Amino acid sequence: MRSRGGQLVAAPSENPPIETEAPAGRRGVLRGLFRKPRFVIPATIVVLVCLIAAFPALFSGWFGNGDPHVCALGNSGLGPRAGHPFGFDIQGCDLYANVIYGARNSISIGLLTTALTLIVAITLGALAGYFGGVVDLMISRVMDVFFGFPTLIGMIVVLETFPVHSVVSVSLVLALFSWTVLTRVMRSSVLAKKNLSYITAARGLGAGPFRILLRHILPNSVTPVAVLASLNIGAVITAESALTFLGVGLKAPSISWGVQLNTAQEYFTTDFHLLLFPALFLIITVLAFVLLGDFLRDEFDPELR
Amino acid sequence: MGRYLLRRILLMIPVLFGTTFVIYAAVFALPGDPVQALAGPNTVVTAAFRNAVDQKYHLDEPFLLRYWHYLVALLHGDFGVDLNNVEVSSIITASLPTTVDLALTTWVLEAVLGVALGVVAAVRAGKTADYAILGGSMLVLGMPYFIIAYVAQVVLGVWLGWFPASGIEDGWPMSYLLPAACLALFGLPEISRLTRASVLENLHADYVDTAVTKGLSRMRILYRHVVRNSLIPVTSMLGVNLGFLLSGTILIEGIFNLPGLGYQIFQGVQQHNGPVVVGISTLFVLVFLVVNLIVDLLYGALDPRIRLA
Repeated sequence: MRSRGGQLVAAPSENPPIETEAPAGRRGVLRGLFRKPRFVIPATIVVLVCLIAAFPALFSGWFGNGDPHVCALGNSGLGPRAGHPFGFDIQGCDLYANVIYGARNSISIGLLTTALTLIVAITLGALAGYFGGVVDLMISRVMDVFFGFPTLIGMIVVLETFPVHSVVSVSLVLALFSWTVLTRVMRSSVLAKKNLSYITAARGLGAGPFRILLRHILPNSVTPVAVLASLNIGAVITAESALTFLGVGLKAPSISWGVQLNTAQEYFTTDFHLLLFPALFLIITVLAFVLLGDFLRDEFDPELR
Repeated sequence: MGRYLLRRILLMIPVLFGTTFVIYAAVFALPGDPVQALAGPNTVVTAAFRNAVDQKYHLDEPFLLRYWHYLVALLHGDFGVDLNNVEVSSIITASLPTTVDLALTTWVLEAVLGVALGVVAAVRAGKTADYAILGGSMLVLGMPYFIIAYVAQVVLGVWLGWFPASGIEDGWPMSYLLPAACLALFGLPEISRLTRASVLENLHADYVDTAVTKGLSRMRILYRHVVRNSLIPVTSMLGVNLGFLLSGTILIEGIFNLPGLGYQIFQGVQQHNGPVVVGISTLFVLVFLVVNLIVDLLYGALDPRIRLA
């Protein structure tokens, strides 16, 4: 049903004069976007969190104790006080600085995983959708296998046996278990486009299959996947924190919200702030990504709802 | 129906092989020493242990043959022996009841609340109640649910003392209510959104007009006709959700200290007890596949259009 709907929506885009009107129209769309609070609020938070992740030193020093590695065991677990708005963690380090520095790993994993997922999904989805036959059969069966996993369980099993737990390895494992949904969407999106008349026309003019795929099909079928991917970032950040919290994701010397929550689980009944502040940052970040993704989906691809 | 059943089961076979193969390959074929991986990175492996593991897992044989041995043992219900020399299958038998109790409680909560919220949202579409439910769903979707569980445990369990904060000493229902509610919260947004969409679609169906012209009351139309027909896609979603629910038990049982299968994985991960993690995960994957099969069959029985397509 979805692909049929996709075709209906796609039909008007065959009009050739779109090229000349696009710049003015696009600027109008952008201006419209900035008037909508459903876009502006989450987008501002996302930009802010990304800035924090990129330049943590700019933010961590606001209260005078910006170095996450300056620790004094005597301060272990102390609550919020002047100069230390979030208090201290169990090692006696400033919790605010640590939470600020924790943004980098979460955001990196979210973006890296989503980028990997996108590359795989677009490539495999386009191949399966366009060529069909054996290629489609093979890709679809492999997808079925990964759909057979409850994802968290699959990730735990693989990470449990992974020798290194770095941003890259965790991202790889997360991507391994999250490429399927996007690939399926890409495949059906390409399927909906491949028999439209402008493709037939391109083929009639003698264009080869790869030229058709790259020049004509991909640009027109990538929107739903790209929009879903933005929704995916939030889910990936959650999954990473859950895995790290369980003890199979990032490990202690690296600073991340998941690691902080993992440490907090032993002490939270007495030192609630250890749980509260990393959790708040995590929730606000994920919520911002999810709301932004949801808005983009409504705006650019109402079909997916 | 017979042919549909056969086709569904045949389709499941490659998936079954594939999933067990991925798990098997993850443990035994990734770079690094498999024996060391089984023992955990910080354990010193003795020659005796290495020999025992080599024999147990046929490590001296070619990879595919080893996978075959693993599969045969699995089909005989043999999940291997963990690092404390306890049969994984006996751990499973001991922990299964707790997880079944938790999962069923969660499932019932999820189904009842999810459908109720979805119906309310559909009937009140575009009004305050609808937006409130949508907003609540977004909030829950955006929150890592292990944090929700933690906060619920601290606030409702420790500070207010309304529910037992951990363990299963108080037995079913009391000890299970809070963990089940936290776990159910995770699946609620999807169920209620799907129900809403499905009910909205059915509200505009021709048979509803017929029922209206027959003079049936609003409530009767809603419950006897619309909701019943709307539940078909929801059934399949509930099936898919069981898989996520099973992975959810790892975090929830770990946080609330319920000695179920998920708790064993949680402990297994922290103690680097590889065989327990792999054994129970395999079981979860198998349960997930079988439940999805049952749900698909049920779906076919509920809606003949699926079967005939």
